[in-house]
Amino acid sequence: MIKNISNLGDAALYCDFGEDVNKEVNSNVIKYFKNIKEKNIKGVINLTPSYNKLIISFDLKKINFIEIKKIVENLDINDFKSEFSKKIEIPICCADFFSLDIKRLEEKLSLNKNKIYENFFNKEYFCYMTGFVAGMPFLGDLDKSMRAKRLETPRVKVPKGSVGLTEQFANIYSFESPGGWNIIGNTPLEIFNSSKIDNPNLISPGDTVTFKQISLKDHKNYNE
Amino acid sequence: MNNCFEIIRAGTNTTFQDNGRNNLNHIGIPFSGAMDKRNYVLANSLVGNKINDPVIEFAYQGPLVKYRGKKISFVITGDVIFKIIKKKNEINGNCYETYNIEDGDQIDIISTNKSVYGYFAISGKFYLNFQWGSCSTNTTANIGSNEGKKLQDSQKIEILNINSNQIQKKLNYINTRLEKIRVIKGTNFNYFSNEGKKIFFEKEFIISKLSDRMGMRLEGPNIENIVETNIRSEGLIKGVIQITADGNPIIMLSDHGTIGGYPKIGVVISADYDKLVQLSPGSKCKFQEIELTDAENLFKLYEIETNNLISQLR
Repeated sequence: MIKNISNLGDAALYCDFGEDVNKEVNSNVIKYFKNIKEKNIKGVINLTPSYNKLIISFDLKKINFIEIKKIVENLDINDFKSEFSKKIEIPICCADFFSLDIKRLEEKLSLNKNKIYENFFNKEYFCYMTGFVAGMPFLGDLDKSMRAKRLETPRVKVPKGSVGLTEQFANIYSFESPGGWNIIGNTPLEIFNSSKIDNPNLISPGDTVTFKQISLKDHKNYNE
Repeated sequence: MNNCFEIIRAGTNTTFQDNGRNNLNHIGIPFSGAMDKRNYVLANSLVGNKINDPVIEFAYQGPLVKYRGKKISFVITGDVIFKIIKKKNEINGNCYETYNIEDGDQIDIISTNKSVYGYFAISGKFYLNFQWGSCSTNTTANIGSNEGKKLQDSQKIEILNINSNQIQKKLNYINTRLEKIRVIKGTNFNYFSNEGKKIFFEKEFIISKLSDRMGMRLEGPNIENIVETNIRSEGLIKGVIQITADGNPIIMLSDHGTIGGYPKIGVVISADYDKLVQLSPGSKCKFQEIELTDAENLFKLYEIETNNLISQLR
C-alpha cells in the first residue's frame, strides 16, 4: 500500500510505496494506477507509475493537493486483474554491429560474451514501467552477476531498437534517443506504434517478456 | 484554390501546438502543448478562435511565409519582431494586434526579443491531423501534426477554413520578465548539503544554450549532493528541477522525458511556468522558496489575470 503521500510542486501528488524494488511493491503501484485510471477522478490529468512510486498530476484549476490527497487515501482499491498481462517474446540480434557495449560488459562483469548471453536469454523479465521516451519498457530483474552501471558518458544517440542493461534492469530503446545503458543487441520489432490509439506500446507494466536470439539476416528480413 | 501558407523559411524550431495531451505519461508520452500558455490562449482569443485551437509556435527565429488565398487575419503574440511584406509596402508588426493579409502577402517573423517562444495564429483553422486529441508536435517520438516533425523549408500549410467573422482586435499587454523563479521544495531536497541548499536559493544561475522544449539546463555554483547523485527512476512533471551528477540544475519543460533518475531539489510553481520558459540562454535567474498554499494562491491570481485579458477581447 502507499507508505507516504506528499506534494510534488503545486500540481502533483507523489505516492511512495517504499524503498524496495520488487514485483510485489511494483504490482501495488500498478494496482493503484489501474484503479485510479478507471475511476476518472475529477482534475487528474496524468498518472506516472514507476518501480515504487506513482505520480498523479492534476489540473490546479479544478482541484488542489489537499482535496485529491483525501480522495486517493479513501479509494477502494480492487485487486489487479492478472488477465490484462501478456507474455511477449522479443527477437534480438546480437551481431557485433548491434552489440555496442558487449566488450565493455565482459570487462565490467568479468564474464565472457557467451556467458553473458546465456544468462540474459535464460530468463523471464517483468515489465515494471514504461516511459522516458514513448514505449520504452523497464524490465527486471537481471541476475546479480549481470549488474553493471551506466556508461560514464552517455551516448548522444542510441540507435532505435537497441537493448540495454543497467543495474538490475534491461530496456529497449523504442526511438533513437540519448542514453547511457550498456547495449547488447537490437530488435527489429516496433516497440511503439502511434497508429494503435488504444495501446501504442507493445509492452505494458505487468507484462512478462522473454528474449530470443536471431541472426543478422533474420533481423534484416524481419519487417519484409 | 485552397488557402495556404508557403513556407519560405521554417525558422529554428517551428511546430504546431495546442493545449497538449493528457493521460499518456504512463506510456512515455509527455503533455507537450504550447510552452507559454498565456500567450497561446491570447493568440487564439485575438483572432476569435476557441482558446484551445492549434497555433504555430516558434522559438528564436520564426518562419517566413507567403500567403495564398482569400483575405484572412492573423496575430503574433509574445515579444516578437516581425514584418508584413505587401506588394507595395512593408509594415513593422505589433504583437497582440491583428492584421489582414491577402494573396501574395508575406509574414516575416524575424525573431523573438529577449525571450524564446512566440505564437502565430490565424482567424481560421489549419488543416492538421490530431493524435490522442491533440495536434501538438512531439519531435522526439514523432507524434502529432506534420508527421511529428518541425516545419520544413518549402512545405505548405493548408488552411481548412477561414472564420466568417474577421474583426480587427488589439490588446495592450506587456510580457514582464521573471526575476525570481518561485519554487516549492522537491522530494529529494534533503539530498543536498546545507551549503548546497543555500547556494540554490541565494546564488545566480545562467540559462545554458542546451535548452529546448524538453528541458532547460542552468549553470552556476555547484550544488553539493551528500546522499546519492542517482535515484531510482521515477515519474517527472513539468517544472521539476533535477540536479544532475555534475551539480547543475536541469528544469523539465513541456516535452520532458516522462521518467528520470536525478534527485529533485524543487519544482517551479505553476504560476511562474509561462515566464520561466521565456528565459533565453545567457540570461540570469534566481530561485526563491515558496510554500504550497502561497503557490496555489498565486496560480489563482495568474488565472484571474489571464481571464481578464481574454474577457477584454470578447
